[in-house]
Amino acid sequence: MLRGYVIAYLVFLYAPILLLPLFAFNASTIIAFPLDGFTTSWFAELWTVDALHAALANSLFIAVLSAVFATLLGLAAARAAAKYKFPGQRSLTGLIMLPLILPEIIVAVALLVVVIQVMGWPLSRWTIIAAHTLICIPFSVAILNGAFRNLDAALEEAAVDLGETRWSAFQRVTLPLIAPGIIASLLIGFTISLDEFIIASFLSGAEPTLPVYIWGLLRFPARLPVVMALGTRLVLAAVALLALAEVLRRRGVARAGLQDKGGFL
Amino acid sequence: MDDNARRGLLLISPTALYAVGLLAVPLAAVLAISFSTQDFLTIDWTPTLANYREALSEPLYRELLGRSVRVAALVTLATVILSFPVAYYVSFHVDPSRKSLWLFLITIPFWTSYLIRIFLWKVILGFNGVVNSSLTGLGLIDEPLTFLLYNANAVVITLAHAFAPFAILPIFVSLERIDRSLLEAARDLGESHLTAFWRVTLPMAMPGVTAAVLIVFIPTIGDYVTPRLVGGPDGLMIANMIQTQFLRLNNAPLGAALSVVAMATVGLIAVAFALWARRYGSKG
Repeated sequence: MLRGYVIAYLVFLYAPILLLPLFAFNASTIIAFPLDGFTTSWFAELWTVDALHAALANSLFIAVLSAVFATLLGLAAARAAAKYKFPGQRSLTGLIMLPLILPEIIVAVALLVVVIQVMGWPLSRWTIIAAHTLICIPFSVAILNGAFRNLDAALEEAAVDLGETRWSAFQRVTLPLIAPGIIASLLIGFTISLDEFIIASFLSGAEPTLPVYIWGLLRFPARLPVVMALGTRLVLAAVALLALAEVLRRRGVARAGLQDKGGFL
Repeated sequence: MDDNARRGLLLISPTALYAVGLLAVPLAAVLAISFSTQDFLTIDWTPTLANYREALSEPLYRELLGRSVRVAALVTLATVILSFPVAYYVSFHVDPSRKSLWLFLITIPFWTSYLIRIFLWKVILGFNGVVNSSLTGLGLIDEPLTFLLYNANAVVITLAHAFAPFAILPIFVSLERIDRSLLEAARDLGESHLTAFWRVTLPMAMPGVTAAVLIVFIPTIGDYVTPRLVGGPDGLMIANMIQTQFLRLNNAPLGAALSVVAMATVGLIAVAFALWARRYGSKG
């Protein structure tokens, strides 16, 4: 009985994504049943929309930089927590992890107030990068905490005892061992930033990100099939990236010689 | 301060300073601006309580806040109750070597385009949607059901879907920590499966349930996209009003006051729940 329930739950979880390709290849412009005929024209149309390409380029730029910044900052925080004990550790970690439970609209509003009302700066892709870095850091810290926990601290100490400097010991011993965690953190940050809508819609200036552009399209019924085609491609890309992140995470666990105990979070 | 502590602080300082500069300071700015007034684009920083008076007395805002808390509570209840058995199944009935594959399967839908997922729930629940056409096709109903879309139910279903992995993962983690021999001991001492679950497993899973509740309840209050797309006029929530005040009405101070009131309400409820759960958990 429990097994049946779990299968029904998985159907519930996957229902929306499974419908996506159905409507993306459907000839009718109306997103409803019954389906009409098979077409690939919505996918072909994706190649012709310049505004879409501009939004995608903008989102990719933002997602790459946010993921890199969040991973660097997450790395510093995770290593500090793994290697040292210091005063204020709990409250500092709490503050760093806070965006995980804070509603995105609060983060968005807070940054909007500072940028517009207090500083009087214009909105740009850099304001979004700053905000996305902030919300990606907790995920980086969580993933990298896991990577450091799997690491035998004695290895780095041994390298230092054998005459390496702290930095070269970190670089030559620790870094290769946590590399899969770093890559997983980059991929997760990239995925989060690419998909984030609420903060981007508050903080984007003249250049919309991909989700902000999609939100605009959702108001025009005639454009919906194109959105479905775009969504199908995005889902495929996200699944590929996540599968890669998962494979790397497992490889990291195996490299550290541990038993696999679960996912990213 | 010893060398170890100094190195630790130095290493965490870039990240901590980033969080202070881009989170703590901006949140303080929201608090500050909620006591000001705005005339078109200029802010008058003379302190006033007018925004809070308006936020707390205007019937529309009270209604939106009340509904947001109600919907968030329903979403949380639905999400946690629906996902507990899944976490339990993966922890207790799945072979250890396949557990991470299961968790991976559960998290995949969460990482796919948020806006498009919400939109597809609109398609599933709509008048000519998937649910209605299947039910009419099977001859179970004659007329499409209209209570599915454009109300609070639709918001609850859509958000319960969106937050599922956030509930499953923490509950799974706390179930994994339970020492299986305790359950055997309870069974040896004459407890049935059900009472052993009720008196041992559930109290020991409470930290995970609490984490799940907080991680679903608090962010739910801030979602304005789901209410806008599937909620209809009676499904709008406080976040929609905050968004309107900031982006359309150019009234940042009132928007800030509404944000502060919403967060304070949610924070109080969350703290009360966490305290209750700790007491319940410590009985186990």
